[in-house]
Amino acid sequence: MSIISGKDLKKYYLAGETKVEALKGLNFTLDPGDFAAFVGPSGSGKTTLLSLIGCLDKPTGGVLEVCGTDVGKLDRKAGARFRGEHIGFVFQDFNLIPVLTVYENIEYPLMIVNPLPENERRKRIMALLEEVGMTDQQHKYPDQLSGGQKQRVAVARALVTRPKLVLADEPTANLDHKTAYMILELMKKMRAETGTTFIFSTHDQKIIGEAERIFTLEDGELTGTSRTGDNNNA
Amino acid sequence: MLKIFKMAVRNTHRYARRSLLIVSLIAVGVIFVQVYMAATNSYKTLIISQITDSMLGHLQMHKKGYLVSVENVPLNMNLTTEQTARAEAILKANPMVESYSTRIKLGGMISNFAETTNIRLAAIDPKKEFKTAPLLPSRVLEGNNNLKADEVLVPELLAKGMKLKTGDTVVLVATNKDGSVNGKQFTVGGIIETAPGPGGRDGYILLADAMELLRMDPPEISEIAVHLKDFGKLDTAFNALAKAFMQEKTKDGKPVFEIHTWEKLSPFASIAKMIDMMTLLVKIMLVAIVLIGIMNVMIMSVYERTREIGTIAAIGTQPNTILAMFMAEGLCLGLAGVIAGNIISVVVIYGVRLLHITFSFGMREGFILTPSVNPLDFSIISAIVLAVAVFGSLQPAWKASRLEPVKALKSI
Repeated sequence: MSIISGKDLKKYYLAGETKVEALKGLNFTLDPGDFAAFVGPSGSGKTTLLSLIGCLDKPTGGVLEVCGTDVGKLDRKAGARFRGEHIGFVFQDFNLIPVLTVYENIEYPLMIVNPLPENERRKRIMALLEEVGMTDQQHKYPDQLSGGQKQRVAVARALVTRPKLVLADEPTANLDHKTAYMILELMKKMRAETGTTFIFSTHDQKIIGEAERIFTLEDGELTGTSRTGDNNNA
Repeated sequence: MLKIFKMAVRNTHRYARRSLLIVSLIAVGVIFVQVYMAATNSYKTLIISQITDSMLGHLQMHKKGYLVSVENVPLNMNLTTEQTARAEAILKANPMVESYSTRIKLGGMISNFAETTNIRLAAIDPKKEFKTAPLLPSRVLEGNNNLKADEVLVPELLAKGMKLKTGDTVVLVATNKDGSVNGKQFTVGGIIETAPGPGGRDGYILLADAMELLRMDPPEISEIAVHLKDFGKLDTAFNALAKAFMQEKTKDGKPVFEIHTWEKLSPFASIAKMIDMMTLLVKIMLVAIVLIGIMNVMIMSVYERTREIGTIAAIGTQPNTILAMFMAEGLCLGLAGVIAGNIISVVVIYGVRLLHITFSFGMREGFILTPSVNPLDFSIISAIVLAVAVFGSLQPAWKASRLEPVKALKSI
């Protein structure tokens, strides 16, 4: 059974009086445990698609099911609850909360969104800090960290609620190549350990090869899908 | 919830200068209001106690209709012996009444054999009167405040004008209610200080002397002044006594008595009301300062942190939690302002006490302003500021909670 299924998925925007067709009827599925990338140039609809999958926005047409739920029908509160329970986010600009330490940033979803008892919370956070190699930095604030370190923390924060799905919008765009590969390796490692589905968007050709499934988007249309080792474009 | 407050406190530190400015502004407002209220309350309390404890009493009761003719000191509006006894029974039955004093008020002439002038007199039973108006003995400037038969306490200004001294002989002349003029010789037993307000320029004689002067048989009473055990319970006592007195009816079913608080009897009540109005205005100014200040800071905060709001919303934070986060921030700013303001207010209030600032009221000078920390006032002002701080942050917090995550995340 697929974890994500998009059927004739459409998203239109109004830019002034102009109708912008960001997604023009996409059909796709993703399986649990996939390590997938949506690739394409700027304006191709990658971020829009991730926003729809992440329940941050609603489709204009078609059906989008995530973890068995038609996310287009969720209201604001239900959407927030769904995100908190099922989805982790990693952002291009890391988006850590500046007034919280590394430990507290990771703790945030378990305190505010999906509360857990302190003992269990601490165990889970310390394990993740160990996994992302940030145990020594746990008391630092985001402005005391490098870009790579911030993204490690963001990955840990995304995984702390044990979501079924992690969405990463251009997670390596603000990192040098070495750090970018490290982050992708970290995400792959976490996927292997937790079985979480990872989906990231990128237009960086050098890191596209790290994905096991690749969906190519151009002008809001899905122009190709491939698996690692495949040379077929659909 | 604790975590939300922890984040709120840290966010206020994040914009330290801005937070400090608004906290200072709130603190200054709180100091101004607290010190103003403490000073005006001190002034009001002092003057009210001067008026009530020097002559008026806390409450007064008369025969129905007396008060409208009070300036004429009408002798035909006196209470009969029987009515007085009924009134005394009601007063004795009320546990809030500390003491009462029966008086005859009369107008007349005073003569030192060289010149003659008008005088208003209050005839009293000194024992009861000094209990009901406990500051009255301290107003006796010369002579003995232990008023004896055939003695008169002459008002200060009148004594100066007529060059009267203690021990001088004077004649008091008065017209009784039948219209006959009677006179009686008195000795000046003392000179009494003039006090502001009604009755402040009255001379004093004994009830028995007044009855003799007015040839009053059987005895009658013009007014009964009442001193309460707790002035703070004035309204409760008034309501209870008014209810009891209203049950006393004439044969035609009309009320026999009328009862009034000091506020109805003294023009200072209007000044006190004006002071209360000024206090209300000052409070409104404080509310405006807090409201505008907090709203401004919180609107800026939401505007600058739109992306962060998008992040926490994306992570799964419920709109209500986002609302609570920003309202907690407003509350923290208000709380800091209240704490700082209250601490400084206490220091300023005690500082003012040490300065021994004096003021005069009417002819009397040398009243010392003694503002005091009133926990109730402090609590009310603190609660108002905190409520306004929360209210002021409501709109920005609401806006933050309603932001679309996808749009907020795109904000720079």
